[in-house]
Amino acid sequence: MSSSQPKIQIENLVKIYGKNPTHALKLFREGGNRDAILQATGHVLGVADVSLSIAEGELFVIMGLSGSGKSTLVRCLNRLIEPTSGHVYIDGEDVAKVDLPRLREVRRTKISMVFQRFGLFPHKSVLENTEYGLKMRGLPLEERRQKAFETLEIVGLRKWADYSPSALSGGMQQRVGLARALATDAPILLMDEAFSALDPLIRREMQDELMRLQTELHRTIVFISHDIQEALKIGDRVAIMKDGYLVQVGTPEEIITNPVDNYIVAFTQDVNRAQVLKTGSIVRQTVPFILGQGSARAALEDMQTHQRRRMHVVDRQGKPVGILDRKDLESAVQSGVEAVEAVMRTDFPTVEASTSLEKIFHLAQYGAPIAVVNRKGKFKGVVEQSDILASIGRLSQGAEEEGTAPASPVDQVAV
Amino acid sequence: MDTAIPDFFNWLFLNQSTEIIPLGDWISTAVDWIVTNFRWIFQLIRVPISQTLNGIEAFLQAVPPVVFLAVLGLFAWQFASRGLAIFSVLAMIFVGLMGAWPETMTTLSLVITAVVLCILVGLPLGIASARSDRVEAAIRPILDAMQTLPAFVYLVPVVMLFGTGKVPGVIVTFIFAVPPLIRLTNIGIRQVSLETIEAAQSFGSTPGQMLWEVQVPLAMPTILAGINQSIMLALSMVVIASLIAVEGLGQMVNRGIGRLDVGLAAVGGLGIVIMAVVLDRLTQGIGKSSQSGVSWQDRGPVGAIRKALGKRPQPPTVTP
Repeated sequence: MSSSQPKIQIENLVKIYGKNPTHALKLFREGGNRDAILQATGHVLGVADVSLSIAEGELFVIMGLSGSGKSTLVRCLNRLIEPTSGHVYIDGEDVAKVDLPRLREVRRTKISMVFQRFGLFPHKSVLENTEYGLKMRGLPLEERRQKAFETLEIVGLRKWADYSPSALSGGMQQRVGLARALATDAPILLMDEAFSALDPLIRREMQDELMRLQTELHRTIVFISHDIQEALKIGDRVAIMKDGYLVQVGTPEEIITNPVDNYIVAFTQDVNRAQVLKTGSIVRQTVPFILGQGSARAALEDMQTHQRRRMHVVDRQGKPVGILDRKDLESAVQSGVEAVEAVMRTDFPTVEASTSLEKIFHLAQYGAPIAVVNRKGKFKGVVEQSDILASIGRLSQGAEEEGTAPASPVDQVAV
Repeated sequence: MDTAIPDFFNWLFLNQSTEIIPLGDWISTAVDWIVTNFRWIFQLIRVPISQTLNGIEAFLQAVPPVVFLAVLGLFAWQFASRGLAIFSVLAMIFVGLMGAWPETMTTLSLVITAVVLCILVGLPLGIASARSDRVEAAIRPILDAMQTLPAFVYLVPVVMLFGTGKVPGVIVTFIFAVPPLIRLTNIGIRQVSLETIEAAQSFGSTPGQMLWEVQVPLAMPTILAGINQSIMLALSMVVIASLIAVEGLGQMVNRGIGRLDVGLAAVGGLGIVIMAVVLDRLTQGIGKSSQSGVSWQDRGPVGAIRKALGKRPQPPTVTP
C-alpha cells in the first residue's frame, strides 16, 4: 500500500498449451483468436496477452468461467505452469525468467498457495501439513513446530494438530490449507478457487474469515473464483476473464455500475446489487445547518430558499447531531423559539459511506432521510428511501435523472 | 501372378535348409563370448549376494524355532493384526511338525535375499521410470520379457555365468520377481494426484524433497503391493531354482518327483504354500494398517503397553 511499485506486475502474459507453441504464438501475435489458433495449430490459447498490476495489501479477485484461463494465469505467477511469453514482476523481479533454484527460493519465501481441493498431504498430520513450507525452507524442527502451532491457532485448529487431514471436514481441511500457506509468512497468497469445493454456508464463513484475516495480515492476495458474488463480495478489485482475455478490471462497484460490455452485464445480472453497492455511491450531497451559526429563523429561511422539507444539523466538527423538519421549524419560529437544538429531532439514522446498501434497508422504515458519514464521522450527505430503491433496480442506461441524481464523485462533499 | 507372393513365402519359410536370421547361433556366440571375457564380473557380483544369503540363512538356522515363532507372532500383531499373528504362528508350527523346518528356513532366506535385491534394484528403477516417460518406454519391453520368458531359457546362461548353487538361484528368482515391483512403483508414483504435486511444488520443494516427502509415501501402498507380488513370484520360483542345486523346500519337491515320492513332494509343496500365504497376508496386512491413520505406536503390542501406561492420546471432544 505504501510503496509506489506494484507488488505484482504482469506484462503481456501469454500461455499457449501444446508441443510447439512458437508457431501458435506467431499466429496469435498476428491477431489470431483462440478458435483460429486451435484450428490452425491444434494449440490452445490459455492466457491471451494479459497485463495487470496488483498493489501490495490488495485482495485481487480474478473471475471467470471454467476455461477462461484464470487458473492458468494464477499458476503462471508461481510458475506451476510455464508462461509462453511475457513477464511476471514480483517486487520488480521477473519471476518468469529466473532460474530454478531462485524460483524455489521465491516459492519458499514470497508466494504461497491454497488449492481448490485443498491439496493436503494425506499421509501427514495437520501439524506436518502446516509446517511443510517451513520444512522445505530448512527451518529446524522446534522452530517450525512453534510457527505451525501459532498459525493453526489463527485458523482455530490447534486442537487438531495431531490428526490426519482425512479426519477433518471440508471447511476444516481448507483451513489447514490456508494455515499451510500462511505459515511461511509469504507476502503473496494465491488462492485457486479456494472455497469452491465447500458447502455454501461454510463458504460464506470462510469468506468472512478470509476478510477478517486480511484486515490483520495485509497480505497481497490473488483469489481465483468462478463465482461473481464471491468475487464482488471479497475483492478490493476484480478482474474478469473470458477465453483467456482480460475483459474488465475494476472495483466491484465499477463493475456493477459501469460494465464494459454485454458479457459483464450478463455476468452481473444475478448479482445482488444491494450487497455490492456502497451507501457512499448513492449519497445526495446536501448542505447541512451548522449548529451555533444562526438561529432557528435563519435555518427556516435557509430551508425556504432551497425549498427543502428536511435538513440535517451538524456540529462544528461536521458530525451530524440532528434533523430539522420544516413544519416543526415553522411552528417553532411562530411561537418564538430561537434555539435550533430545541426544535431538531435527534433520533435519525446514521450510516458510514462504506456500508453496503443491503445493510441500510431496515433504516428506511424510519421515514427520515439517512445521514451518511465518512469513516471519521463527518457528514457527507443523505440517502432517501427512494434513492435506495432506485439504485437496486436495474436502471437502463441514461435513465437516471441527471439533475437530482445521486452525487458522484462522493469525496467532494463540503461541509 | 496371384500365386507368386504366396509361393514366395512358402519357399522362404518352408523350403530353406538354414535360417535366414540365425538368431540362435548369434545368441550362443554372444553368451559364449560374455562367459569367456566377462565371467569375472559375474563372479564379483556373486560375492555380496552370497554373503547376504549365507548370513541370513545361518541366522535363521541358528535361531531356536520358539524364538522365531515368538518374533513372528509379535511382528504380525504389531504391523498387521492379532488374528494374523495367531494364524501365522499356527501355520509355522504346522510346518515344523511336518518336518520341513530347516528346509523352510533355507527357502525363506533365499526369498528374503531375492526380495531385498528386488527392492534395491526395483525401487530406483520404478522411481526412474515414473519420472521419465523415456525411461519407462525403454524399461517396459524388458520387463515384459523378464515376466514371460520361460525360466528354463535363462537358467542355462545364468548357470554358465554364475555357476550352480544358491547365488544363481537368487539371480533367477530376482529376474522373475522384480518386474511387478518396478511396474507398481512406477504406477504408484504416477498416480499421486496433480494437486498434491502442485502443492508440494508451490512451497518450493526440490525434486528430492518432492520424492521423499510426498511421492514415495503416497505411493507406498502400491509399492507394498509390488513387494507383495515380488514375494509371491519369488516363492513360485523356488522349485525351478532347485534344478540348479538350490536347497530348501524346492529341493524336497524336486527329489520327491525324481523318486516318485508323492508324500515328500507334497510336504515340500505344502510348505511353499503355507509360507506364501503367511508372507502374503503379512505384507498385505502391513500395507493396510499403514493406511489406517493410527500411528504404529498406538497399535498392537506396543499400543497395548502404551495404553496400559496411559500414554495413549485421547481425541479432542470439542469440535471447532
